[in-house]
Amino acid sequence: MPTDVERWKSEVYGNEIREHLLEFAEQGWDTIPEDERDAWFERFKWWGLYHQRNGQESYFMMRIGTPNGVLTPGQTEVVAEVADEYARGPAENPIFGNGYVDWTTRQSIQLHWIKLEDIPEIFEKLESVGLSTQQACGDSWRNIVGCPVAGKDKHEHVDALPVAMELNETFKGNDDHSNLPRKWKVSVTGCREGCGQGDINDLALEPATKEIDGEETKGFNIRIGGGLSRNEPRLARDIDVFVTPEQAAEVSGAISALFRENGDRDNRYNARIKFLMDEWGAEKFRNVLQEEFVDFELETAGDDLRSEYSYNSGYADGGHSDHVGIHEQADGNYYVGLDVLVGRMGVDDTKELARVADEYGSGEIRITQRQNVIITDVPEEKLDALQDEDLLDHYSPDPHPFMRGSIACTGTEFCSLSIVETKNRQVRYARWLKENVELPAGVEDFHIHLSGCTASCAQPQIADISLRGMKTRKDGEPVEALDIGLGGGLGENPNFAEWVTQRVPVDEVPGAIKNLLANFEERREGDETFREFVARTDEEDLAELVEPEETSYEDPMMHNTKRTWYPYAEDDSMDASPAPTHGDGTPITSDD
Amino acid sequence: MSVSLRVLDDGAWVSVNDAREVSVSELWRLDDPSFCGCELPDFVVENILDVGADGRTISARVYGQCIACGQTGVPGWVPVGRLREGEFVDIDRERVVLPVRRGDDDE
Repeated sequence: MPTDVERWKSEVYGNEIREHLLEFAEQGWDTIPEDERDAWFERFKWWGLYHQRNGQESYFMMRIGTPNGVLTPGQTEVVAEVADEYARGPAENPIFGNGYVDWTTRQSIQLHWIKLEDIPEIFEKLESVGLSTQQACGDSWRNIVGCPVAGKDKHEHVDALPVAMELNETFKGNDDHSNLPRKWKVSVTGCREGCGQGDINDLALEPATKEIDGEETKGFNIRIGGGLSRNEPRLARDIDVFVTPEQAAEVSGAISALFRENGDRDNRYNARIKFLMDEWGAEKFRNVLQEEFVDFELETAGDDLRSEYSYNSGYADGGHSDHVGIHEQADGNYYVGLDVLVGRMGVDDTKELARVADEYGSGEIRITQRQNVIITDVPEEKLDALQDEDLLDHYSPDPHPFMRGSIACTGTEFCSLSIVETKNRQVRYARWLKENVELPAGVEDFHIHLSGCTASCAQPQIADISLRGMKTRKDGEPVEALDIGLGGGLGENPNFAEWVTQRVPVDEVPGAIKNLLANFEERREGDETFREFVARTDEEDLAELVEPEETSYEDPMMHNTKRTWYPYAEDDSMDASPAPTHGDGTPITSDD
Repeated sequence: MSVSLRVLDDGAWVSVNDAREVSVSELWRLDDPSFCGCELPDFVVENILDVGADGRTISARVYGQCIACGQTGVPGWVPVGRLREGEFVDIDRERVVLPVRRGDDDE
């Protein structure tokens, strides 16, 4: 039987949601009929609006899709202005203040505390510079990811940016593909370093070369069915298909149609294409695609470049592991990747980022899958002056490895699904580790990803140290805890982290990392990386090397942060919540 | 009086009449010794899978784990609240022992 969500989607979905959304915005949040709220909040996701968690009713997270992470000149400034004016909540975050921009692991932007009543003005401002929230959430083509320096990189096999943009233009607002069984995550990359992270996407186009009619042709191999969520991580599987850049949109559309027709609409937990791939296998998938969805003969896969992949790989093979730092572009200019700790940047800093990008580069900003930002097109003669800017003191192109390697999801601050506080905690962890822990000699890349739950928005399974939200008891009291996984990474032979230690109280995690690194240093052979060390060590032995212990680190958020209306409010109890509120932020009372 | 019961946002919470009533990340003490070796599993709720009503009792099937022994899985139907005149009445799930009802399809 179709789910409620499928029933709601069959009634109103896709582009047509917008007129209802704008009407509700005009009339106020409280005019949404009470018995239709679940349905409308589910539909609003399609237009990038996600109702915040319990205790924060009437406030929304807004996601802006920026294909391939590209913010063209002028767009960053508008994002900062929108955040400044509309993304301020009833309480302040102690680290980030009130009004900030989140750069996400899918090269998108998230704002919080958005009021429905402000949507028309926000849409107008965003759309005036070509930005959109369309399909940023919901069951359709999500923001397309790829190498964030596509079109500029010296390590490029093929420029994938035009392909990513063509896919975005073809499948955003396309009624044939607007109602899929579940979310549809696509990666397109043409670079040699694997920074599209195709392995963890539903559909991945990866650089390859194929001899066609006697000519070496550059294009993409296709992989299907990757994803990290729900304790069911999968790596995308090779379906033995090569496409030229000119064929990419047609074949991608055929695969999306295959998913539309064959995905499980009766069970949302089984709906992602990775489960269809489990059921069918790559060979059947290819056969059905060829026979029922494509009108020409598909080429078999070409020669790929996976042996060169370095991004987020945990291997020291000479390639880039991220985009932080100063790097020469193919045109002789430079791109400057700045480290944004856990991806969150205050509105004033975001405005400053826009100014600096405009003054020293082309004004363009690119967002990476490691929650960082890149200023592109900087002439060599401007590099010194750019590095003297105050902004780069805080968002460094040469950060400490613990700052550089940190990723965190949204967490219980706003998210319904998360079990623990994440962003602020990861900031506290990174700062403590930087002050108190020595990395073994030569270790410059060390990735720690903190995800609040098994949805895996911080991509924990592909980090050196994976942290995932959990609960435990300490001295009899329930406290927030983390599972600890080790040795995940992408590269030529990607693998997910081994979860070696479970339910470590959050205040003992920094001590566990410190001890683990000391044990690694003691046992390290030559210059091996942490991932290499984990790969050659038995799981049982690894568990013994993680020795949780209390240290000077203190965690102020040990309690159940989900039981608060906002963990950082002075009175954080649910009863103290001002939500739901009118458009002006005043509480909606029963008298209204 | 009809009552709408559903699980939303990737299993993050139970909606009763379009209001969010039960959330993941709670710690429940279950009367379900068959779930694991613990006499009363100390169970953290990671995902809500299904919700239903049996008379006036609202119950849910959830995925999670016992934090005492680490056993993961899905216990039987766990009562999460009651209906009184069509309204959801919470029970203090983190403080009372919740009796788990095994259905025919449970292992």
